[in-house]
Amino acid sequence: MRRDLALVAAFALAIAALTWVLDSGVWLNFVMMTLYAALLAQAWNLLGGYGGQFSFGHALFFGCGAYVQAVAQLQGGLDAWFALALAVVVAAAVGLFVGALTFRYGLKGSYFALVTLAFAEVFRILAVSVEFTGGGVGLMLPLRESAANLQFGSRKGYIALVLGFVVAALLVTTWLRHSRFGAQLQAVRDNEDAARAVGVDPMRTKLGAITLSAAFMGAAGAFYLQVFQYIDPGIAFGPHVSVEALVGAIVGGMGTLWGPLLGAAVLHLLADLTRNLFGQLPGLNMVIYGVVLVLIVMFLPRGLAGMGRSLRELWKRRDG
Amino acid sequence: MAETPLLALRGLSIAFGGLRAVQDVSLDVRAGTLSALIGPNGAGKTTLFALMSGFLKPDAGQVLFDGQDITGRAPHLNARAGMTRTFQIVQPFAAQTVRENIAVGAHLHEPRRAAALAQAEQVAQQVGLAAQLDKPAGDLTVAGRKRLELARALATRPRLLLLDEVLAGLNPQEIAEMIPVVRRIAEGGVTVLMIEHVMQAVMNLAEHVWVLAQGQLIASGTPAEVTADERVIEAYLGHGAAARLQAANA
Repeated sequence: MRRDLALVAAFALAIAALTWVLDSGVWLNFVMMTLYAALLAQAWNLLGGYGGQFSFGHALFFGCGAYVQAVAQLQGGLDAWFALALAVVVAAAVGLFVGALTFRYGLKGSYFALVTLAFAEVFRILAVSVEFTGGGVGLMLPLRESAANLQFGSRKGYIALVLGFVVAALLVTTWLRHSRFGAQLQAVRDNEDAARAVGVDPMRTKLGAITLSAAFMGAAGAFYLQVFQYIDPGIAFGPHVSVEALVGAIVGGMGTLWGPLLGAAVLHLLADLTRNLFGQLPGLNMVIYGVVLVLIVMFLPRGLAGMGRSLRELWKRRDG
Repeated sequence: MAETPLLALRGLSIAFGGLRAVQDVSLDVRAGTLSALIGPNGAGKTTLFALMSGFLKPDAGQVLFDGQDITGRAPHLNARAGMTRTFQIVQPFAAQTVRENIAVGAHLHEPRRAAALAQAEQVAQQVGLAAQLDKPAGDLTVAGRKRLELARALATRPRLLLLDEVLAGLNPQEIAEMIPVVRRIAEGGVTVLMIEHVMQAVMNLAEHVWVLAQGQLIASGTPAEVTADERVIEAYLGHGAAARLQAANA
């Protein structure tokens, strides 16, 4: 526990120092987007990695966060920071609601994945159809640059904000790894019946996990809106965000503290590199990205964070 | 007035489609005893365990724990009240270490992580797993997994422990090692009801035996009594077996 906390602190300081010295806009943007992707992956990891519930529709919570952030400021006239708190709370509440519905009926595995995907799609269509979300046109946040409005003149302000969320997610994950709730959650993931037999309430643990996970997705959604000042139903509830969240966690290593962060960083680096190197041949960058993804999933079932162990096992199997 | 049995079943029945897996079973388990439930394969023993612990809801009948009606109550609530079961097909949390596995049981009454891990160590010593505390549960041998199954249940500090074939799949030496472990648990004040096929263990351990065949209780008594019972012999060996055995012995 102490070791994990010390590493989290070291990580936060390192990123802060890096941001302090960087002044290339490209690199600051890279750091910001990587941290943002890490936040998505970490949020997914809380439920998918530690709880074993594979959601395919995490954009649902992301979109709720983004829209609450927008609507609360535009129509509710709320202060941006207060809107942020509300966005997180509403996303968490939506998580609790979806969890209560799906876990109550014992939905697991691919059924859970499909139902979460369906929920995200329903919300996407709702966002197109109703008035206060601006319909298909989406919502635009007027430019009012000041820290009080959560709009920063430099990327550094946004990096500070998203770094705060990432560190919070790391701390929650650390707590999961060293607490009763986390132990029970992992027990339910590994074997639900055995967990029930020794007194674990699977409903309660899964609801806790989906609520936490949704809260961080909501924060990511609100952050997205503040950075890009625009949201529409496709961005908010479309499959892109859901996929980014789960791929980051799976590539990095599910159920690990640092995996999602690692996965997000490597994938972002890879995407940027291939785009820059092969940009003149449209599509080739995506092919390479896809091939690397397949290789990682095939040969590193524990993700990048469990790379050492996976490679040792591969080696042993070849010898044996 | 007789003492309230720790566990009482009253006319318990359940059917799966046309198969009447458990029919009208009533029995009392007295506190502080070590008893066994035996019967041929498919007799409904594990189903009966599932009905007691809340994994299945009976079609008819009642389960009373310490005098309280707990019929169909969720397993985790029963565990909290003091009734914990193990599984015949062992169910470790494979990705976690032995210590972490047992700690999940200890967490039932212990919110603090460090204390639960310390308790896990103690329980591991009780069942002879102390040397393997840091191994992933998935790497244990069958005998090790059986011990783990027992340890995890024991860590919940149950009043009633339902053991589903903790000796199945073990070799004679492992069985001989396991029998005293189970006996010590009972001597420690835990009421134990075990499903067991290994007759050596049943004869050795159990004060009282119930025999289940085709979903019905067909005999009950001391191990010596039930193994001499004609209906029991026929249930295991087929119709007419008891008479043939007698003829052979005469």
